[in-house]
Amino acid sequence: MSIFEYNGSAVVAMVGKNCFALASDRRLGVQLQTLATDFQKIYKIHDKLYVGLSGLATDAQTLYQRLVFRHKLYQLREERGIKPETFASLVSALLYEKRFGPYFCQPVIAGLGEDDKPFICTMDSIGAKELAKDFVVAGTASESLYGACESMYKPDMEPEELFETVSQALLASVDRDCLSGWGGHVFIVTPSQVIERTLKARMD
Amino acid sequence: MGDSQYSFSLTTFSPSGKLVQIEHALMAVGSGQTSLGIKAANGVVIATEKKLPSVLVDETSVKKIQCLTENIGVVYSGMGPDSRVLVRKSRKQASKYHWLYKESIPVTQLVRETAAVMQEFTQSGGVRPFGVSLLVAGYDDNGPQLYQVDPSGSYFSWKASAMGKNVSNAKTFLEKRYTDDMELDDAVHTAILTLKEGFEGQISGKNIEIGIIDANRKFRVLTPTEIDDYLAEVE
Repeated sequence: MSIFEYNGSAVVAMVGKNCFALASDRRLGVQLQTLATDFQKIYKIHDKLYVGLSGLATDAQTLYQRLVFRHKLYQLREERGIKPETFASLVSALLYEKRFGPYFCQPVIAGLGEDDKPFICTMDSIGAKELAKDFVVAGTASESLYGACESMYKPDMEPEELFETVSQALLASVDRDCLSGWGGHVFIVTPSQVIERTLKARMD
Repeated sequence: MGDSQYSFSLTTFSPSGKLVQIEHALMAVGSGQTSLGIKAANGVVIATEKKLPSVLVDETSVKKIQCLTENIGVVYSGMGPDSRVLVRKSRKQASKYHWLYKESIPVTQLVRETAAVMQEFTQSGGVRPFGVSLLVAGYDDNGPQLYQVDPSGSYFSWKASAMGKNVSNAKTFLEKRYTDDMELDDAVHTAILTLKEGFEGQISGKNIEIGIIDANRKFRVLTPTEIDDYLAEVE
């Protein structure tokens, strides 16, 4: 069994019209044993930039601490928030630094860039970026997430429709994966507001 | 020399509160060739005189204005060899920034890094301060920018500045000529006129250098022919 599947996770980001959604499941397990059902996998970097970390939970938390540290330094030095594209490059560089002893994480980065243009991207544990216009997925449920997103995604969705779509895709996918599930956590980020909701799901 | 006790250690203040070695470095800059820069509404120009020790020197091989990145250029007054060290270090820093963020370094960041190096050389063992001041011209998301960095490591943003021989004359001239709404072409003319003020001998495309950057964000050193064209316009 791969170390990426030790704790279990499902993370998905989707682009709408001038907004994006970032959603994850809430399970933390050790292989098949569930330890927690309120585990945070989505973290805030700044008001318009979020990162979802799938994979080994311990590495995800350490990586998150390093990302916060680097972002704070950036903010102090440059007196501005970091652009999502720039942040993605930073994460990529940090991951590749550990090329031969990587953090066992697959990050999903989603943010609103200049002119509130949505940006989403994911990368593997050694920082190879994968950019997408529509959606990106990560975690143990990624295979089923691909299927769900491919059939449900429409371009230019408004925030509420985007929430519905991303939630349905997530819930459908975690039911086909033993290692993720136990509810969901959804962020919808628009230029003016952030909607944060938790989803109830099959609790088995 | 009155303060000779204090004039060798880099890091010992003289009783009057000065670091004498830094003052000497500033003297080296003050006796260097004149350089100046002007920030226009739509770009920046930097210029310098290029006096050669002998007519036998191939003037095409002397390049006092250099690129740090595609959108940032620099000119120095003072000791040529010292400027090369700074240019090399600055380029490396710019390159590192690009490697990390896949984005070109903002002018302020590069100036800060360069100034930090210059400061370090006023406080480290086995080194001396740089005998140069730099004028850094760049154009980024914050628009056109002009910075001067001194041997002490202090730096300021200027609308127009000059350094080297005849600083005070050149600055007075610039104060009279500068306006906030100046276009880049006017700024080049003003730069040439300012250089001309303190120039010994006949000015030509071969004995001055001019670098410009406009809204296309590409720093460029003018060729002698282009400079001659501008010279014809101001006459």
